[in-house]
Amino acid sequence: MSLLQVQNVSRHFGKLVAVNGVSLTVEPGELRAIIGPNGAGKTTFFNLISGFFPPTSGKILFNGQDVTALSPEQRVNRGMARTFQITEIFPELSVADNLRIAVESAAGLRLRPWLGAKDRGLVRARIDELLDLSSLTPKANRMVGELSHGDQRAAEIMMSLALNPKILLLDEPAAGMGDQETYDISRLIRRVHKQQKLTIVLIEHDMRVVFNLADRIMVLGEGAMLAEGPPEDIANSEIVQAAYLGKAA
Amino acid sequence: MNNSLKQPANIVVWVVLLTMPYWMGFVGGYTELATRILVMALGAMALNFLLGFTGVLSFGHAAFFGLGAYGAAMTIKYIAPSSMLALFIGVLVGAIAGALIGALIVKRRGVYFAMTTIAFGQVFYFIAFRWNTVTGGDDGLNGWHREPINLGFTQLDIYHNPMLFYYFVLVIFAVSVGIMALLLNSPFGRTLLAIRENERRARFLGIEIERHIWMSFMVSCVFMALAGGLYALLNNFTDPRALRFDLSGNFVIMAVMGGMRSFWGPLVGAAIFVALQDVVSSHTENWMSVIGVVFVLVVLFFPRGILGLTRKANNS
Ligand SMILES: Nc1ncnc2c1ncn2[C@@H]1O[C@H](COP(=O)(O)OP(=O)(O)OP(=O)(O)O)[C@@H](O)[C@H]1O
Ligand SMILES: [Mg+2]
Repeated sequence: MSLLQVQNVSRHFGKLVAVNGVSLTVEPGELRAIIGPNGAGKTTFFNLISGFFPPTSGKILFNGQDVTALSPEQRVNRGMARTFQITEIFPELSVADNLRIAVESAAGLRLRPWLGAKDRGLVRARIDELLDLSSLTPKANRMVGELSHGDQRAAEIMMSLALNPKILLLDEPAAGMGDQETYDISRLIRRVHKQQKLTIVLIEHDMRVVFNLADRIMVLGEGAMLAEGPPEDIANSEIVQAAYLGKAA
Repeated sequence: MNNSLKQPANIVVWVVLLTMPYWMGFVGGYTELATRILVMALGAMALNFLLGFTGVLSFGHAAFFGLGAYGAAMTIKYIAPSSMLALFIGVLVGAIAGALIGALIVKRRGVYFAMTTIAFGQVFYFIAFRWNTVTGGDDGLNGWHREPINLGFTQLDIYHNPMLFYYFVLVIFAVSVGIMALLLNSPFGRTLLAIRENERRARFLGIEIERHIWMSFMVSCVFMALAGGLYALLNNFTDPRALRFDLSGNFVIMAVMGGMRSFWGPLVGAAIFVALQDVVSSHTENWMSVIGVVFVLVVLFFPRGILGLTRKANNS
């Protein structure tokens, strides 16, 4: 069964049709990239999948169930996690506390007025594991708002991973990063994808990242799907060259 | 988690509070002033649970303070001469009002939330003001006083002995702030911090924002009502000013002036506010403008409040 089935969704903002009848099917374990020029509707498409706002029309199935009417929180609890194009973290808390909040939320502890020693141990172990995976351990007690842009984005990805999602939606994980940071974040994404067989959908402008990571690519332009297929086909597609790659080059 | 600065601060605070009635006289104060500082500090800390640690500003919190005060006063005047029952009923009334009003307004944010809290606060103010026969109207509710506490084996005469009443209030204060500290250091408290820091991120970690704000609002209202009940007992009196929006504003000033991101900030703010009010109002009726100037200076030179300088220490 497909993990995510987006069926013919549209989203209007007044007269503007930001997403226009787009469908997408993602299989478990897949790493899918979505590309397209600025304003193509990529982020809006993510907002529809994750429940940030409802679609004007169309349907979203997750794990075989219709989630179109569910709130973001409910979708998170069913296994959807996302990051944002502009980093969304808890800037005045430490890296460890950012992760702790995510870990405790995932463990269903968020209403607990206290924690037993056992739970505390489990939470701590999970935080350490995530810190280790992202190489943020030396910065665990720093305020996350003080870290470099790259580290902040890595922290946001780790918070989403802390939720043990079935699918991870990444909105331009390499945005605003230098070469080294881009390389590091790609490696991190590849590692969690391979190690945990995690299904990932990512939006990205950096073609090195996209062609390096993606199993399949979807191209959006002016709200509509222009092309879909494996990286080789997309790289050679004339429509895509015209709409996007040509411009970028 | 940096406890190296927290521990000494806690010790200083408790030593000061435990000894306050003994040195209050030497600095020109008196026991009731010390008690008033404690009561207002409890109110400011209750407000700050919501403001500083959940990121939600209520500008009508005196409503719950006043409900606690009237609940306590009316219990003693009309139902039974028991200080404990009075506090209990006061808290209960505040909690019920908080639960209902909270449920109605948690979807609002920022200015809209603050405005709605003011509106509700003024509704209670007018009820207290108009309903003369029950509330005493503008003249307030007098003709009653706090009652000694009967412990079975002995009686604590908190009515005639102001010192004893101070320590009675201190015990309640300690239990209350202990509970608030415990909550803030729990997963629940961290969830509230998450909401304060970034509501969008919190929501996309699966946190139900409205439910948690409602719960934080409840905690805040319960301790606010408790402070109000104690205030009525302290004065053996209450009047509609205990519900009015200027008092709500005063609690906000105490929290912001002391430092709303620090646990003890509102206590420091309340101490300065109450002491200034006491000193200045004996010289001029215009005491509020003096406090206003002090407030402006603090906000200009310590944007994070007086205790804001140690903020790194209280990053949970
Ligand atoms: N909440 C909103 N209200 C009104 N218009 C919106 C809203 N969100 C997006 N849009 C519009 O929808 C269109 C698509 O925007 P979107 O952010 O989805 O593009 P994008 O493909 O993510 O672009 P970029 O690569 O620049 O991030 C744009 O014209 C944008 O202005
Ligand atoms: Mg975008």
